[in-house]
Amino acid sequence: MAAPRASLHLVARVWNGGTRGIRGPSRVLAPEGNQKEGRSLLRFLADRFHDVEVLRDYLLRKQVMKVNQKNRFQGKEWIRPNQRGHFSLDFLKLQAVPVEAVDASGCAINYQGLDSLLALKELQSLWLQHCPHVDDWCLSRLHPLASSLQELSLAGCPRISERGLACLHHLWNLRRLDISDLPAVSNPGLTRILVEEMLPNCEVLGADWAQGLKLGPEEQSRDPASPMPA
Amino acid sequence: MLRSALLLGLGRGPLGRGLSTHRGGSTLDWERKVSEIKKKIQSILPGGAWDPLYNTSYLPPEHADVVIVGGGVLGLSVAYWLKKLEKPRGAIRVLVVERDHTYSRASTVLSVGGIRQQFSVPENVQLSLFSVDFLRNINEYLAVVDDPPLDIQFNPSGYLLLASEKGAAIMENNVKVQRQEGAKVCLMSPEQLRNKFPWINTEGVALASYGFVSSSHHMETMSGEEVNLKRIHEVHVKIDQSLEYQPVECAIVINAAGAWSGQVAELAGIGKGPPGTLQGTKLPVELRKRYVYLWHCPQGPGLETPFVIDPSGTYFRREGLGQNYLGGCSPTEEEEPDPGNLEVDHDFFQDKVWPTLAQRVPAFESLKVRSAWAGYYDYNTFDQNGVVGPHPLVLNMYFATGFSGHGLQQAPAVGRAVAEMVLEGHFKTINLSSFLFSRFYLGEKVQERNII
Repeated sequence: MAAPRASLHLVARVWNGGTRGIRGPSRVLAPEGNQKEGRSLLRFLADRFHDVEVLRDYLLRKQVMKVNQKNRFQGKEWIRPNQRGHFSLDFLKLQAVPVEAVDASGCAINYQGLDSLLALKELQSLWLQHCPHVDDWCLSRLHPLASSLQELSLAGCPRISERGLACLHHLWNLRRLDISDLPAVSNPGLTRILVEEMLPNCEVLGADWAQGLKLGPEEQSRDPASPMPA
Repeated sequence: MLRSALLLGLGRGPLGRGLSTHRGGSTLDWERKVSEIKKKIQSILPGGAWDPLYNTSYLPPEHADVVIVGGGVLGLSVAYWLKKLEKPRGAIRVLVVERDHTYSRASTVLSVGGIRQQFSVPENVQLSLFSVDFLRNINEYLAVVDDPPLDIQFNPSGYLLLASEKGAAIMENNVKVQRQEGAKVCLMSPEQLRNKFPWINTEGVALASYGFVSSSHHMETMSGEEVNLKRIHEVHVKIDQSLEYQPVECAIVINAAGAWSGQVAELAGIGKGPPGTLQGTKLPVELRKRYVYLWHCPQGPGLETPFVIDPSGTYFRREGLGQNYLGGCSPTEEEEPDPGNLEVDHDFFQDKVWPTLAQRVPAFESLKVRSAWAGYYDYNTFDQNGVVGPHPLVLNMYFATGFSGHGLQQAPAVGRAVAEMVLEGHFKTINLSSFLFSRFYLGEKVQERNII
């Protein structure tokens, strides 16, 4: 599962500068992809830098914090920034409606920035893929979302290690967890097994459990590419 | 008294001698200058101390503003904060003296390494909150340019304290105090405990408090009978395995010698006097030996294991991914082992630690001890809380010791508090005035109950 996902990320990042966010595998990606192919190089480069700049602006002004690339409000579809990275102002009308899903992938959100996310009491789905500043301490802050959070994605975050994953134990409602591609985790296969044991009701997407296992002498001579030990 | 290792001068008339450093002082103090020149000439002449032909670079400097006795985490923390908080940069010369450069017996390196906010004294909670903040932002404080960022391998699993029927009321009180100070703690009933951690046997547990790792966001910033005041003028730093020593003239001495602080305080003459008086009040910090055992249990609790503390005082935590656990138990007063050496008593594990472990976590019935070590607590026999701040009589000795097993976790905050005391004369951020030395004479105990 990890390999196809990585290429999806790459495609999306190059074309949108990483600010559009990655949609989950359950969504259809085709329409967006077609849209992007028509662009010229200069246009999407300018777009990309502007997006990143706007994003950083938003992040610095922490009061304006429903500033994720996509928010999904109850019953409605995703709210995304338009081509220039601006949100349409209709979402201000929706202030009383609880936020159900947040996609903050690629966002430079940090420990203090999580304050705003933790205020969303009905949050069901949180994507923090490839966030460069999300680390173990940030994971230890997620426990207020325990009663509502069902889906969490941490794929590709460079600072998360297995010690932070231990804090996910508080999220007892979690049904889908993505911990693939975490470079700081020392033993991804074993970590995935331990996390699966820790969260029995949750489907964990992670490294293949056999990854990192050493082949016995018989398998080595037979087929070095086979990941399955006897 | 005058011939003892630290030279003490009785406070004579104008405070001339102690205050002027070799750098400052625009007053022409001829007497002193003449005597210094005489000393120098005497040392150059044959038989004297100063010999320009020899290499003395291994000796500590002759003058320092602050000498910190003890190079463990508390001493280094005080040194760090002194340099960080000094107003003109480079104003203070700090000398840290540590007798063992391998730190083979230092409590810092032998510690189990947990940090919690579940204390009964509010100041302790504040100290821990700031220390967690410090550790989380450690790269802002301690990162070195061009070096890779620090990774302290922190495990934010939190602490789980269990209480029996007797201790339940105390635990509730403590949780109230902790919450007031801003710590995030939640109380759990035995049933909630079983749901959350199915590997625990909740028999005998009436209440449990689970502390999330939280850091502080809002920290508030915190006078006759004749007495003989004393000042320490010089610290004689002995060189290892030789008779040589370097007298370091200093303005302030900080006692951060951990388990050996009592002995260092005696060198300064603290406690030499009739008992019951301020002169006769000793620093009640002693060495206490504690064992830590590392065991392997394949069926043991999973990745979510917090640092568990049983009502009996037994504690354990998980270490790494390989089903290894660290833990131990503090012996009762009668069973205190002899602190003369750091030998481990494995029978103690068999008789005292394993039964309670197996009773609390049935999976631990089958475990295999991989290794063990022993370390010292700088145990404060008076009230098991730290001693911070100046001594009322020996004017320039400050303490930063006596934390009885929670020194490592509070070191950043205590270091900052002592540095503030030294530089400003009062505590600015966290008010530790209840931890001053005078409480030993006045008999005011600040008892910390949650000691393991």
